[in-house]
Amino acid sequence: MIEQSATRSDAEIVRLEDAYKIYQMGTQEVKALAGVSISFKKGSFWAIMGPSGSGKSTMMNILGCLDRLSSGRYYLESQDVSGLDDDSLSEFRLRYLGFIFQSFNLIPQLTVQRNIELPLYYLGWDANQSAVRAKELADEVGLGDRLDHRPTELSGGQMQRVAIARALANDPQIIFADEPTGNLDTRTGEQILELLVELNGQGKTIIIVTHESSIAERAQRRLHMIDGVIDRIDESSNA
Amino acid sequence: MRQTKIIRNVWLGIENLLLHKLRSFLTMLGVVFGVGSVVAMLSVGEGASKEALEQIRKLGSNNIIVSSIKSAEEEATSTQHSHMSIYGLTYEDYRRVATNFEGVQQAAPVKLTRKDSRLRERAMELRIVGTTHEWFELVPRQVLAGRVLLHSDQEKQAPVAVLTEFGARKILATEHTIGQTVRMGGDQFEVVGIVKSESGQAGNIQIPDQEIDAYIPIEVARRYFGDIFTKRTSGGDEREMVELHQILVRVDDPKKVEAVAAGIERMLESSHKKKDYVVSVPLALLKQAEATKRTFNIVLGSIAGISLVVGGIGIMNIMLASVTERTREIGIRRAIGAKRKQIIYQFLIETVVLSTTGGMIGLGVGVLIPFLITYFSGMTTLITLNGILLPLLISMTIGILFGLYPAIRAAQVDPIIALRHE
Ligand SMILES: Nc1ncnc2c1ncn2[C@@H]1O[C@H](COP(=O)(O)OP(=O)(O)OP(=O)(O)O)[C@@H](O)[C@H]1O
Ligand SMILES: [Mg+2]
Repeated sequence: MIEQSATRSDAEIVRLEDAYKIYQMGTQEVKALAGVSISFKKGSFWAIMGPSGSGKSTMMNILGCLDRLSSGRYYLESQDVSGLDDDSLSEFRLRYLGFIFQSFNLIPQLTVQRNIELPLYYLGWDANQSAVRAKELADEVGLGDRLDHRPTELSGGQMQRVAIARALANDPQIIFADEPTGNLDTRTGEQILELLVELNGQGKTIIIVTHESSIAERAQRRLHMIDGVIDRIDESSNA
Repeated sequence: MRQTKIIRNVWLGIENLLLHKLRSFLTMLGVVFGVGSVVAMLSVGEGASKEALEQIRKLGSNNIIVSSIKSAEEEATSTQHSHMSIYGLTYEDYRRVATNFEGVQQAAPVKLTRKDSRLRERAMELRIVGTTHEWFELVPRQVLAGRVLLHSDQEKQAPVAVLTEFGARKILATEHTIGQTVRMGGDQFEVVGIVKSESGQAGNIQIPDQEIDAYIPIEVARRYFGDIFTKRTSGGDEREMVELHQILVRVDDPKKVEAVAAGIERMLESSHKKKDYVVSVPLALLKQAEATKRTFNIVLGSIAGISLVVGGIGIMNIMLASVTERTREIGIRRAIGAKRKQIIYQFLIETVVLSTTGGMIGLGVGVLIPFLITYFSGMTTLITLNGILLPLLISMTIGILFGLYPAIRAAQVDPIIALRHE
């Protein structure tokens, strides 16, 4: 066990209690989450693993406030967010969460700078401050010289770096990454992972979905899912 | 702060629209033509009503004009040689209208004649009207030199003449001519004044001073020239006996103009055997002009309205396509934390920018059209501030109205599904 000095309630950032997500497909019910209870600590690095269709993405969407539970409770920063409305969930995403996707999800018609600035725009920052921050973030991911490029002019690895810079713009508490290396070659994937490890070192909570055990190895804990339930949790010996 | 934010949002909208320049341009064409036609329509309508008002002002809005006409039977027999037609308004008609006629404030008799005239060595045929000083109150015209006819001219039966600007120019009279003698027919008149004349007509009513060159006291005209006129025609001389050619009447209250006109009509009907007069009411023309304008506005307004709606539907169509095309973008924005209303706002700004830009281009087109109409047809057109603000307001409203549905559709996009969207 990794013991942290803070009190238990301080240390906990995410908690699911008996979480269900049920999709109604005609007469048939699909239980994408079938009673999940788990708690993540602040500053931890988790990898979620499991076969296709086991409910990994569903769990990420719930944790990332993009979706709501069918039943159960979800506490984020000790606040119950399971009953919040769409606007409040948007507000949570905007202030506390960052997302990285397998397919990067940059807006193609916007430059790298504008893509990175997007969260700041919704946070109401003014143009000059946003530009300064975007430059900082681009430097941090090693793309300071690509601010005026369009996403289509970048390689996959570079696009994912832009996505990471964008996810960091609002200085989030938690970063969710759903198969962030899935579209990258092994070497580039390693580099992206290094970035995430570094961010974890700076105190950010990281939750990543991956199929690759070499990637999962770097997380402190691995959560294995099968058919919408937690199969097992294991800890890295080297963490 | 709030203001710069709006400007920034508008600018972001413009940037996005500029990504598809041709598409954006084609999208707003509908609004361009819609607004263009509204502006053009309003200016033509305003111009027409201004023109009508101007005519009524020349005729006098409280006035009734009673004119002598040759009745149909008279017209038929007058071709016979050495026949003399006797018709028209009489001195008695004038007396009855002018004294104690209900609602009549003032009346002026008009007796027309043409005489060979001479001012120094310049000889011309002048068109002369015998009338009273009341004429100049009923048909107010600017005095350019000297004075108009006075009540005392009538009493003294003074041989004085007031020239119109038109007549003065014909006979080469200037302000220095005042006090000189002009010979009309066989008689000498003293030129006492020159007044400005107006020309034109409204509907089928002529401006009363149309084609008049000189005014003299009516008693003088009657005594010197009599009531019988000889017109030289190709078939020989044609003789007519007409006491008065016109009676101008002013009514004390504009609301009573039509009732008084009807009263005069009734009175003349009972005293004339033939219908050898016509009663015209300039005010009725105004109403007629306004009714025409209203019909005009309704017809053109609905055409313009239809083209605006078509323009709006065009915008809506493209924006709906754009929402589908940008589903993924919407999903990304929502995942990052954009609220539904911010997505609505973004799309709405784009449509409003499109429609208002279209509206402004349309305004340019709409200003050009009346300009060309005036240039080629001489029709009066008038662009008022309302004529400019209204279409801009309309185009903005169109943007909001027809942009709202696509924007709401955009906001309904589920981010999870949108992010999976390829
Ligand atoms: N919108 C939906 N409607 C109906 N069923 C859904 C929906 N989304 C997910 N599911 C179902 O829920 C289950 C879990 O899906 P989920 O996407 O979470 O799996 P996953 O573990 O992320 O799989 P993968 O590794 O392939 O990404 C699947 O059976 C899927 O078919
Ligand atoms: Mg998945």
